[in-house]
Amino acid sequence: MASVETAAKPRGGRFCTVCNDRRAALKRPKTLEQICKECFYAVFEDEIHRVIVDNHLFKRGERVAIGASGGKDSTVLAYVMSELNRRHDYGLDLFLLSVDEGITGYRDDSLETVKRNEIQYGLPLKVVSYKDLYGWTMDEIVKLIGLKNNCTFCGVFRRQALDRGAALLKVDKLVTGHNADDIAETVLLNILRGDIARLSRCTSIITGEDGPIPRCKPFKYTYEKEIRLDYFSTECIYSPNAYRGFAREFIKDLERIRPRAILDIITSGEDFRIATYTKMPEQGNCERCGYISSQKWCKACVLLDGLNRGLPKMGISRTRGLDNERNQDTGGTNGTKNLQSKQCGSLDF
Amino acid sequence: MACNSVTCQSGCYRDQNSVHEDGREQRPLDVKGRGLCIKCKINETIAVTHPSVAAAAGDGGRFCADCFRSNMFGKFRFAVTSNAMISPSDNVLVAYSGGSASRVALQFVHEMQQKAQKNFDASRERERVLPVFGVGVAYIDETTMSAEASSEFDKAINEMELIVSNLTPPAKQLFVVPTESIYSPDFAVGRDRLTKLGDAVSDLTGKEDLLKHLRMLCLQKAALENGYTKIILGTCTSRIACHVLEATVKGQGFSLAADIQYVDARWKVPVVLPLRDCLSEELNMLCSLDSLKTVEAFQQPRSGINGLISSFVKLLQEENPSRESTIVRTAGKLTPFSFNNTPEVGDHNDRLASKRRQKKYNLKPNESLPPESFCLICSSPLKKSDTASQNSSDGEEASAETYAAACLSCQYQILPKDTSSMKHFLSLLPQSMTTLAKASSDSHEFLREQIQDFLLSDSDDGT
Repeated sequence: MASVETAAKPRGGRFCTVCNDRRAALKRPKTLEQICKECFYAVFEDEIHRVIVDNHLFKRGERVAIGASGGKDSTVLAYVMSELNRRHDYGLDLFLLSVDEGITGYRDDSLETVKRNEIQYGLPLKVVSYKDLYGWTMDEIVKLIGLKNNCTFCGVFRRQALDRGAALLKVDKLVTGHNADDIAETVLLNILRGDIARLSRCTSIITGEDGPIPRCKPFKYTYEKEIRLDYFSTECIYSPNAYRGFAREFIKDLERIRPRAILDIITSGEDFRIATYTKMPEQGNCERCGYISSQKWCKACVLLDGLNRGLPKMGISRTRGLDNERNQDTGGTNGTKNLQSKQCGSLDF
Repeated sequence: MACNSVTCQSGCYRDQNSVHEDGREQRPLDVKGRGLCIKCKINETIAVTHPSVAAAAGDGGRFCADCFRSNMFGKFRFAVTSNAMISPSDNVLVAYSGGSASRVALQFVHEMQQKAQKNFDASRERERVLPVFGVGVAYIDETTMSAEASSEFDKAINEMELIVSNLTPPAKQLFVVPTESIYSPDFAVGRDRLTKLGDAVSDLTGKEDLLKHLRMLCLQKAALENGYTKIILGTCTSRIACHVLEATVKGQGFSLAADIQYVDARWKVPVVLPLRDCLSEELNMLCSLDSLKTVEAFQQPRSGINGLISSFVKLLQEENPSRESTIVRTAGKLTPFSFNNTPEVGDHNDRLASKRRQKKYNLKPNESLPPESFCLICSSPLKKSDTASQNSSDGEEASAETYAAACLSCQYQILPKDTSSMKHFLSLLPQSMTTLAKASSDSHEFLREQIQDFLLSDSDDGT
């Protein structure tokens, strides 16, 4: 595992601890080694290569979509994937896949970045928009429902949009730029809110393997600080998310005291003794759109139906009344299913 | 990716815990019931009767003092009976720090003992009635590792003696056990080695954790030498919530489940946690309500990673009063180990007699096999793959093998990194530390001899 890297002793001095030849230019955030720029790139890319090989993420000849938001993580992911694919001859067909939520001032900027990446790395780009898929942009949704709960729509819609885009591209796999910090944070959040089922699977490097389009995270062990290049940071303008902010800040504090803590949290997440019989929702397909769903209608269709009927609280409200009403409509499946319990990454038309 | 559905919280995470998450809003602030206890609906709530006491705690606005007290004792008693923590033939040792949690534990154990004593006295047929369990109190004196002023210390000990002597009948003995007692009868030598051991650990968090492990060894030794059969800790929900995050952050996800159960019988003397369902703010409130005196002179602020986590959990708890319980409940769903059950001990008559009184609710048979080995330092069960993967280490065999006997977390934050200081470090470890690791694994036969060799070179060790 990646923790082996710490074995190299920091020798203090001004020379790179790896090549011992060039001057050290930076302190590696993950290990605090003094290292030169060239070696950093080499080590950084090599680690990701090893994660890909050790976990058998890809098979030769596969078509792989890179989920590209235009943010720093996915931009670096696009670069590293295309670079490693060439260098180590993975034999992959790579594509960029972007989702246009229709958020003015946020997504249109980052889509420009993605378009630049398309040219830079020569990867074909596919953009799927909420407008095309659902008939609504996030701007329109926010105008209707306000700033509360809009993340619910965005999250549900994006998950499906990525799957639909991947299906249109006819890819075998979807890679996302989730990094070690993201995963550590998710582990913590799942502990904080008592979600044992999600806690058991949030550290897997590949998810949705039983579905048609599995997702994987080559950056699972890669520190956010190391991914940071000179890209602008993209914070969603509709998501002043205080709760996640808490956990994020905590992780940054931890990293300051002990950089290894991020990897340790992931190790803990992998090692938790969770009974394997964790109940998974029975999966069927949405009667409306064919997307995988444990209910008669998938969550996106429920939300969309609410939007179109002018009842935007449909599906997000916590009052049982609305939920029950919905369930009676849809044939009375259990009303306790919550917003997030849908497994990602599976799609069947 | 600011808000995919896992990260997004607006409305979704609240769905999962809606009842508890809403605790704050649902508390009666308006309507007619204001000021009345929600349980008995007769008396005024603590917030009304003791405004200064209830200021911080959540239950103050809901219960009256009597209902609050009986609710707390109820939680304690339920934990004790449903996990068979105390049987009539037991002799329990309460680990007492002077803080509010262990003070309440001591109080409740005393009340329970007093009741048993009353029943015993009231019965005419002495041979048919259940015996009364015995209670002792142990305070671990950690002044060697933390260096505090001795006058304060004497004062604190006097106060504790007074507290314990007031808890009669039945009489209880207070043991003041210095940490260095784990070494030998000769405290001066032990103190010296202990100080050196502490100095050998450079990581602040590692040092604190090592001290915690030594504390448990001390308690075990005191219990064994004085004939106690159970050790009672005052570990409360808040403390466990911190421990859950601490273990997670230190990469101890595998062994975490072992530490947070009601019963932990991996030790020679089983350890039980009857206050596992009580929040620290509730315990504090109970102490001030009942004027239970606490001796906080030596409660050191936690440092490093542990300190960071304490303040993080405190922040979360302020934001949502049920957060600590949620964390503990989540971790409670992890699969415990086979030693997290109350072991059946004692002779036959005794067992039958005590069984009559015990309601075992939570004692599900555990199908998981006992783990093969425990960490040399922190006694946490080791994952098999971790121990196997260590065999390829270079350097001297002894230190490589020691590495294999310690969990990854202790390897990082407690054990020294280079071979020469490892030898030194091993020589400073108390012998009792190696016995648990020793008793467990077959695959570490060689290692045991190695470690034993190092330890025997210091021949002043007692048992």
